[in-house]
Amino acid sequence: MVNNALSFTGNGLRDWIVQRITAVILALYTFFMVGYFLLTPEVNFTSWQTLFASRWVSIFTLLALGGLILHSWVGIWTILTDYVKPAALRFTIEIIVILALISYFVWGIEVIWSV
Amino acid sequence: MGCGESLTVKKNRPVNLRLTTIRFPCTAIVSILHRASGVILFLFIPLLLWLLEKSLHSAADFAAISECFASPVSKLFLLGLVAALSFHLIAGIRHLLMDIGVGESKCAGTMSAILVFILSIIVIGLLGVWLW
Ligand code: HEM
Repeated sequence: MVNNALSFTGNGLRDWIVQRITAVILALYTFFMVGYFLLTPEVNFTSWQTLFASRWVSIFTLLALGGLILHSWVGIWTILTDYVKPAALRFTIEIIVILALISYFVWGIEVIWSV
Repeated sequence: MGCGESLTVKKNRPVNLRLTTIRFPCTAIVSILHRASGVILFLFIPLLLWLLEKSLHSAADFAAISECFASPVSKLFLLGLVAALSFHLIAGIRHLLMDIGVGESKCAGTMSAILVFILSIIVIGLLGVWLW
């Protein structure tokens, strides 16, 4: 059996579902951003900042950020489990990736809140 | 049954390690590119966060970033990144559709893999036109 001590939910099926739900959130957010760029006559600092100042865009961005972190973790975990066989090395890389993702999450929240 | 039979696997079964003679079906290529694009997107999260932070910080920083992305080299770089996202997104939608049972047959799988390539090329082309 695959050693899943560091998998996000510690359960393959639940990880799988997390990756699907977050994929849908990320897809919706991507479509939203594409729509913004297509529909905004001129994207400049003011229109850009107004967008992120809106409460529901902040919430949507926060949701996408959380989704991005979880989606990446399940994805990277799967890839590491597939390709990095020595347990100590895999464990080390996993810890580095987890710390990086948590930092990105905190950093992203700061960016969203600073608008 | 079971154990006994599995021991009678042919010992001289073909082994093929000449990579150039192995044919990769397009479904396999979609799969590996989906994985590769996922890793690329993961690696560039810090850059995207940094760009978001700067672009929202002040009009001067926003202008500096716009100016930076006016150069062809950085445009090409940006195109590479949005190409990875486009491919990952389109192949990801195919993946999700198959997860809910749409187009799971071998024939449909091949067709949708080809469709992923065609759509990606169109989308990436349009993005290129839009960026320049
Ligand atoms: C935008 C940032 C994104 C990042 C950083 C990212 C990253 C990744 C990574 C690293 C994987 C693992 C690949 C593998 O296991 O082979 C993955 C898998 C996946 N991604 Fe994404 N992804 C992103 C967006 C999306 C979007 C928008 C979708 C929408 C459809 C999506 C759908 C999927 C699916 C369905 C899988 C599962 C593949 C599998 O089980 O083999 N991803 N992603």
